[in-house]
Amino acid sequence: MTQPLLEARALTKRYPVSGGKRGALLHAVDAVDLAIAPGECLGLVGESGCGKSTLVRLLARLIDPTDGHIFLDGADTTAVSQARFVTMPDRARIQVVFQDPSESLNPSFRVFDSIADPLKRLRGVRDHAKLVAQVHRAAELVGLPRELIARYPHQLSGGQRARVGIARAIAVEPSLLILDEPTSALDVSVQAVILRLLADLRARLGMSYLFVSHDLNVVRLLCSRIVVMYLGRVVEIAPTEELFNAPRHPYTRALIASIPDPARRGEVRPRLDGSPRSPIDPDPNTCRFYGRCPTGAERCKTAMPKLLPFGNGHFAACHFA
Amino acid sequence: MTAQLTIEDFSLVFRTRHGTVRALEDVSLSVERGEIVGVVGESGSGKSVLAYAVMGLQDAAARVQGGRIMFGGMDMLAASEQALADVRGREIAMIFQSPRTALNPIRKVGAQIEDILREHANLPSRDLRGHAIDALARVRIPDPERRYNAYPFELSGGMCQRVMIAMALACSPFLLIADEPTTGLDVTTQAVIMDLIRDMSYGQRMSTLLITHDLGLAGEYCDRIAVMHAGHVVEIAPVEELLARPAHPYTRQLLAATPTPRSTVDGLVSIPGHLPDLRQDLPPCRFSARCDRHVALCDESKLPWTSLTNSHLVRCRVPL
Repeated sequence: MTQPLLEARALTKRYPVSGGKRGALLHAVDAVDLAIAPGECLGLVGESGCGKSTLVRLLARLIDPTDGHIFLDGADTTAVSQARFVTMPDRARIQVVFQDPSESLNPSFRVFDSIADPLKRLRGVRDHAKLVAQVHRAAELVGLPRELIARYPHQLSGGQRARVGIARAIAVEPSLLILDEPTSALDVSVQAVILRLLADLRARLGMSYLFVSHDLNVVRLLCSRIVVMYLGRVVEIAPTEELFNAPRHPYTRALIASIPDPARRGEVRPRLDGSPRSPIDPDPNTCRFYGRCPTGAERCKTAMPKLLPFGNGHFAACHFA
Repeated sequence: MTAQLTIEDFSLVFRTRHGTVRALEDVSLSVERGEIVGVVGESGSGKSVLAYAVMGLQDAAARVQGGRIMFGGMDMLAASEQALADVRGREIAMIFQSPRTALNPIRKVGAQIEDILREHANLPSRDLRGHAIDALARVRIPDPERRYNAYPFELSGGMCQRVMIAMALACSPFLLIADEPTTGLDVTTQAVIMDLIRDMSYGQRMSTLLITHDLGLAGEYCDRIAVMHAGHVVEIAPVEELLARPAHPYTRQLLAATPTPRSTVDGLVSIPGHLPDLRQDLPPCRFSARCDRHVALCDESKLPWTSLTNSHLVRCRVPL
């Protein structure tokens, strides 16, 4: 493999828990290894509370990891603190499109200011004519009509707001765009437009994507490789079609079997009942999926399965994979 | 088969400061005993307004303009508030989107189920607790005796939705209205909750009206689907028929816009335009401005229902 654009090694984030036992820690992200190649679209899936958002924040360097490293083009970005990283040129290379654009756009900023803000802060564009030109170019790239640039977010439709969220992220020409549930607030008819726009932008600008979504049918459309997380740990990584056709981890299997599919009406499919184990001070020698797993053997209780290769870029963390 | 719920030419408007919003127009729909009927549409299509209207829970600004809603032999629009209150919760139950906000946050879930039983089930008070625990056990909540004492914040989203279902089913209703019951839940939890609703419906011959924006979900769990657009029901058909041979251009586009395991990015269709402003004077077909099959006849007179088969109805001048 060529040098990855972004690589995480043993990335870990623990949060102290208030109340309860003193010194108790919530293991939000636990020793995650992953790499994103230049121009690749990597999918990240998992249930709510599995650490997806924490991982996104770590990779975007919005928070500092407790442990582990993040390399951007081979350079360790975790060598400096998050507070220092903000002032560095690399800051502009990783941008995030947040979930629900109506919540993540400043309501008192016009569209122009929302898109211009990162250009001023991260690229240091001071010249007004240049700023206008770059804002217009970003708006054009996402298909936002020019007459909307003077409007406020509340004057826009959901799809237009989503476009603004994408425009402000790509305005600074990042190498990696992290998309955190970019279409979950949209109707399907608008979602289709935004997904096509994202596919088109990646082809034209050559960015890498980290695409986070709970909708596996959507992830499947855009991503060539998918990472599955469960309770802070990566349990499976595989090329998209292989993950859907031959999942190796029992959690992935349950996840795929849960996608509603009219073509499989009335079929009895494996269901995942119960709730996940507590993420607070989990036993480091017990598989996180133990107790909810349909397989679950004695060995799963005493040895944490490692993420092992199965060939063809397929990795799974299960004793029985 | 006998219809448990029949909605005939139902129209409803909202009087607002900014004009009259024609939220529902000539909506017709029926749900048979033991049948699951899906109401599918984008946000703003009137799905939830319809669900609330069936319950007789309208906003103060709502005015019924015409039509009938018959529940069993009861005319819901003519019934007194007392009669409605008696039917709600006992014979018609509803589960809402975001269970955590629908439950009372400062009371134990067991006590909230007892409230329903006390109001509607006519049980001696010493039996209430046992029945409430049974209701929790029926929706497969593990350790129901302990969970009886739990507050909503102590339960996960999926557990809260099960408590909502337990409350809804506590009095064995004839009709369940589920308004986006799994929106906001994980896909694994969604599957478990939907299996539960399906098993309950078929097991108890309960009729279910499932309101959802997710055609895939409706396609897997419903017997028939009604597609709504801008306050109109535009098409209604058995699931297989609707998915295989959509007759309304909007249904076809909605299907083509919904990602499935077999779609590609380039194959995904986006629907041009947006929902019309329901305060304006609207053409007989509210989809006409977005439609690629539009002909002059579409704007002339009220659209008739066209039957393609016995059970497949479409409201379009030029169906596919």
